[in-house]
Amino acid sequence: MSTDDIVWQVINQSFCSHRIKTPSGQIFCRDPYNVTGLCTRQACPLANSKYATVRSHKGKIYLYIKTPERAHTPAKLWEKIKLSKNYVKALKQIDEHLLHWNNFFRHKCKQRFTKLTQVAITERRLAMREEERHYVGIAPKVKRREENRERKALAAAKIEKAIETELLDRLKSGAYGDKPLNVDEKVWKKVLGKLDDENEDENEEEEDWEEESDDGEVEYVAADEENEFVDPDELEKWLADSDRETSSDEDDSSDDDEDSSDEEGSKKRSKKAASKKSKRPKVEIEFEEETELQPAEQELAH
Amino acid sequence: MAAEEIRVGNKMKRQALFADLKDEKNKERHKMRRTRAKEERANPELRDKRLKENVPQTIESMREYDETIKEDVEEDEDDLMKSFNNMANGKPPKIFLTTNVNARKCAYEFANVLIEILPNVTFVKRKFGYKLKEIADMCIKRDFTDMVIINEDKKKVTGLTFMHLPDGPTFYFKLSSYVEIQKIRGHGKPTSHIPELILNNFQTRLGKTVGKLFQSILPQNPDFEGRQVITLHNQRDYIFFRRHRYIFKETERVGLQELGPQFTLKLKRLQRGLREETEWEHKTEMDKDKKKFYL
Repeated sequence: MSTDDIVWQVINQSFCSHRIKTPSGQIFCRDPYNVTGLCTRQACPLANSKYATVRSHKGKIYLYIKTPERAHTPAKLWEKIKLSKNYVKALKQIDEHLLHWNNFFRHKCKQRFTKLTQVAITERRLAMREEERHYVGIAPKVKRREENRERKALAAAKIEKAIETELLDRLKSGAYGDKPLNVDEKVWKKVLGKLDDENEDENEEEEDWEEESDDGEVEYVAADEENEFVDPDELEKWLADSDRETSSDEDDSSDDDEDSSDEEGSKKRSKKAASKKSKRPKVEIEFEEETELQPAEQELAH
Repeated sequence: MAAEEIRVGNKMKRQALFADLKDEKNKERHKMRRTRAKEERANPELRDKRLKENVPQTIESMREYDETIKEDVEEDEDDLMKSFNNMANGKPPKIFLTTNVNARKCAYEFANVLIEILPNVTFVKRKFGYKLKEIADMCIKRDFTDMVIINEDKKKVTGLTFMHLPDGPTFYFKLSSYVEIQKIRGHGKPTSHIPELILNNFQTRLGKTVGKLFQSILPQNPDFEGRQVITLHNQRDYIFFRRHRYIFKETERVGLQELGPQFTLKLKRLQRGLREETEWEHKTEMDKDKKKFYL
């Protein structure tokens, strides 16, 4: 017992590595074996050779008891008793093992046991709950780096330019159809003119083929000057093709714009084309769209 | 006299000398440029030749080789992409939009913005006590095809989760530099026309998957007379969202008016299923190599 007093004297009056003093003046103990967490003579696990506490280890709760008889074997200092999962039984176990101990330890051990079971229940419930947000800590350095890279990427992207080229690509590749609603007529004429210049020698024949198959007008083919370099048997093939296509035209209707307008303007177009004798069958002039485009344009100008 | 040769003890004198020297150099350079411009105006081939020879090295041009860039999409369609394809063939998107639990005002404001952009969208205020899985199940029962969750932290929208229903995948994007419509200078008013969609620079397999996501979730069958366009431009794994109205001024010139909003997305996580197995995750180690990009 005398050693206990000496230990406490040292702890209390000079230094203890487990002792922690809060700004408000309370003194706590950080020793894992401490049963109350306070730095007092009664609750100090170092200055008491007879001591009992409750700890949880790997999800199970144990009662730890130390007696002066085992003080000379530090490795076997603590007697570790597994407590039952049943709360009432566990309390009885504590009562049995601490039968002739003073009231303080019996009471504090039960208190600590109650708290630990509550903690275990909460832990289990939290583990069951699905975590919606997946939190990842980000160092300020990383955050700054990402911001900087984003800024530089934005500068390198030249977004507006990229959009412009993409839109022009779409316009010129004919993604907007034959009579685009989003282009001013003058511009579209110019684009068409350019397109035809490019296409003239490349796929002139193909285009004519398409044109025919769309309309299915045999007279138009016959009147056109393209006939000159078409073999008669090939022409027959064309005719057969065009017949077949017209029958399947209604089902396809892939470019619905074109179909609807074809029905209306087929006469007009055939006349026009015949009169021009042009090599650009895709030129179509529609004046209906003008009214639609105008107000939208004004809006942009604001 | 070169800069090293200026060895005058008096600092003011030295500075004056150095300024003169610099001025002279600048003048020389400007003169050279002027003459070059003149020559090139007379002979445009020279300019083409110079531009062909003098190609600047950019991070993009020095990009680390990625074997999935060149692959054809049709050939090796991921199962991830396939799930989107099914949807694209069948019904139009039906989107469920919600926020995180206990969201602040800014999350709802952002939701309002998204409601305008996304088609066929239903916003539901998030209630406490429902797990995400349960919400997803409810959405599947009600035939929703996508679920979008706005993540807000410290009164700022920081992320977007896209869940494709009924069986994934799940994308999580970090959201940054959000600019409201009102803050954009000279912004226009969007009309109710369905805008076109431009997806730029989605190259790798992962990038194409992300592109597919946006393709499926944003409105299809655009009304061209609206002349509106939504752009998702990927540059160095940052995805910039922009919305413009355009007008073709000349055959080579397009006028653009920003409609807003602007924000930047960065893919952080791609999971199979409804947030199950992680397929790809951005890690900070990946930032080490500046020339390696994943999208």
